[in-house]
Amino acid sequence: MREKSRGNASDRNACRLPGFGVIPVSYSFRNLWTRRLTTVLTAGGMALVVFVFAAILMLAEGLKKTLVETGSWNNVLAIRKGAVTEVQSGIDRAQAALIETQPEVSSGPDGKRLLAKEVVVLISLLKRGTDKPANVVIRGIGEQSLALRPQVKLLEGRLPRPGSSEVIAGTSIAGRFQGGGIGETLRFGMRDWMIVGIFDAGKTGFNSEIWGDADQLMQAFRRTAYSSVIFALRDSAAFDLMKQRLENDPRLTVEMKRESEYYKEQSEMMAKFLTILGLSLTVIFSFGAIIGAMITMYAAVANRTGEIGTLRALGFRRSSILGAFLMESLLLGLVGGCIGLFLASFMQLVTISTMNWQTFSELAFSFALTPEITLLSIAFSLVMGFVGGFLPAVRASRMNIVEALRAG
Amino acid sequence: MPPPIVSIEHVCKSYRRGSQIVPVLEDITFDIPEGEFLALMGPSGSGKSTLLNLIAGIDAVDAGTIRIGGVDITQLAETDLAQWRALHVGFIFQFYNLIPVLTAFENVELPLLLTSLSKKERQEHVSLALEVVNLSDRMDHYPSQLSGGQQQRVAIARAVVTDPSILVADEPTGDLDRKSAEDILELMERLNRESGKTIILVTHDPRAAKRARSVLHLEKGVLNAHHQAAH
Ligand SMILES: Nc1ncnc2c1ncn2[C@@H]1O[C@H](COP(=O)(O)OP(=O)(O)OP(=O)(O)O)[C@@H](O)[C@H]1O
Ligand SMILES: [Mg+2]
Repeated sequence: MREKSRGNASDRNACRLPGFGVIPVSYSFRNLWTRRLTTVLTAGGMALVVFVFAAILMLAEGLKKTLVETGSWNNVLAIRKGAVTEVQSGIDRAQAALIETQPEVSSGPDGKRLLAKEVVVLISLLKRGTDKPANVVIRGIGEQSLALRPQVKLLEGRLPRPGSSEVIAGTSIAGRFQGGGIGETLRFGMRDWMIVGIFDAGKTGFNSEIWGDADQLMQAFRRTAYSSVIFALRDSAAFDLMKQRLENDPRLTVEMKRESEYYKEQSEMMAKFLTILGLSLTVIFSFGAIIGAMITMYAAVANRTGEIGTLRALGFRRSSILGAFLMESLLLGLVGGCIGLFLASFMQLVTISTMNWQTFSELAFSFALTPEITLLSIAFSLVMGFVGGFLPAVRASRMNIVEALRAG
Repeated sequence: MPPPIVSIEHVCKSYRRGSQIVPVLEDITFDIPEGEFLALMGPSGSGKSTLLNLIAGIDAVDAGTIRIGGVDITQLAETDLAQWRALHVGFIFQFYNLIPVLTAFENVELPLLLTSLSKKERQEHVSLALEVVNLSDRMDHYPSQLSGGQQQRVAIARAVVTDPSILVADEPTGDLDRKSAEDILELMERLNRESGKTIILVTHDPRAAKRARSVLHLEKGVLNAHHQAAH
């Protein structure tokens, strides 16, 4: 072993290599594994927080996705200037006719203009099973409304005949509201309306609507104006110029939006609200989890005082000790994050309905897990691990070698 | 005479207990030649461990200098001192102080993580060190799967794996039965005789001291006698 001495002299110069003197991750990992019960309990607390965190973000994301997918980029929605939603909007027949004649409006294969004048009203219907009322959007549609929304497909029955008191309902209405199923009748606008068909609109907000003939609905609700005019663009790129021209036209008092933008705006406030609510809730919960991690890590440091003294005596620096204990609590956080995320991923199977706060109508959607949410949740769990483990790790690194060895 | 590997001059050390200052070592001066096997003896509380800790660079003197291999370790900054220990000191503790979650192999490898050796070189060094202590067949065992004597042999392998300038051992046989203690002492003697390791051994056991080339007595913080054992 004598000949190794020569190697040692050069070691002195090479001692600042990256990764030099780092205590292996397996040391931190195996210590967690050695006390698996404590690890699981502590990680469980963090998992719970990450679950809530991820679930709320998934909720906001699901809502956004549903509303954004509702609209199409190539469709233009015209509503009254200043109106935030179709429900508040009104466009009279003359203005609607003027929009219809614009050259940017596309035509279908049959030569007819791909444009629909629609009316949107809110009615209150009773939910199945509970007798609780909730608001539902009734959309009066035109001949081209379905052509403008290729994502809407008739699932059962047939379309309403023009000029009749017949309606079709989205799948989430049919399932959740009394009288919403095919063959049943609904009473509103002082008339009975027969459900002659059920349509599926995928994951879009239309699924929570009831559609009928626009003229019939206007009569029933004594409306003289449409709510909105929707049309497809001949050339999608022409939108900005057309918007500028029509919004400045003195004969019109309208605001033009791409349909997808319109629904995205609607989703944003609620998604933001949910996100802020979720973050505040989880930050409060996370204090509990962080304190749990801190207690566990302080105990680990106390139990391994002699070990820390030994490592320091062997030549590991304070920073190596700090790193090893931080790594341990980061791993603890990671375990919690993975468990929480795993549980949260099952929420994707759940569909819930909530109030669309902008239209005050019911909207059904599901939790959506995205790569961003996955990353955020893992990052959040790591932050919890870091914050919980920091002070214990500092205590470990500050120990006096001789005292640590005597204590161990 | 070869130059001393350890040269201690006028070292003083005291501890503070509350407002009281307890002197432990008072003006200690002595040299240890290279290749020495020194036993440090004395009654409990006489300051043996304190002196050993100072030589090993894990405690700081109040006054005086400690030169080891020409380096005054009392002048080194903390991180430099840590690195110096990694390269020049091999520790053998009374309670072995192996890391329970690491295997025998990994425990021995630990000090090599503080060198620039490659993984393959580390592997070679560890295998060699485990061979020296005759535990090659136990390298995948965890400390809890080994007897006290075997654990102490792993600890000795860990102490010699970096080929340090000095080996310090604080009552290395204090927790062992007679037979295991004899094995450990024999191993240390062999390291001294065959590999020329400089060893400083703190012990209460006269049988252990007999193995040493020389014995130093510490009495209430003062060096008392310097017997040259017959060898
Ligand atoms: N960190 C400390 N704080 C206060 N006093 C200390 C400290 N370390 C050691 N001492 C005191 O210094 C004196 C010498 O201690 P030391 O451990 O060096 O003795 P020792 O000779 O090794 O004894 P033993 O044979 O019992 O191990 C003792 O009186 C002890 O109480
Ligand atoms: Mg002692």
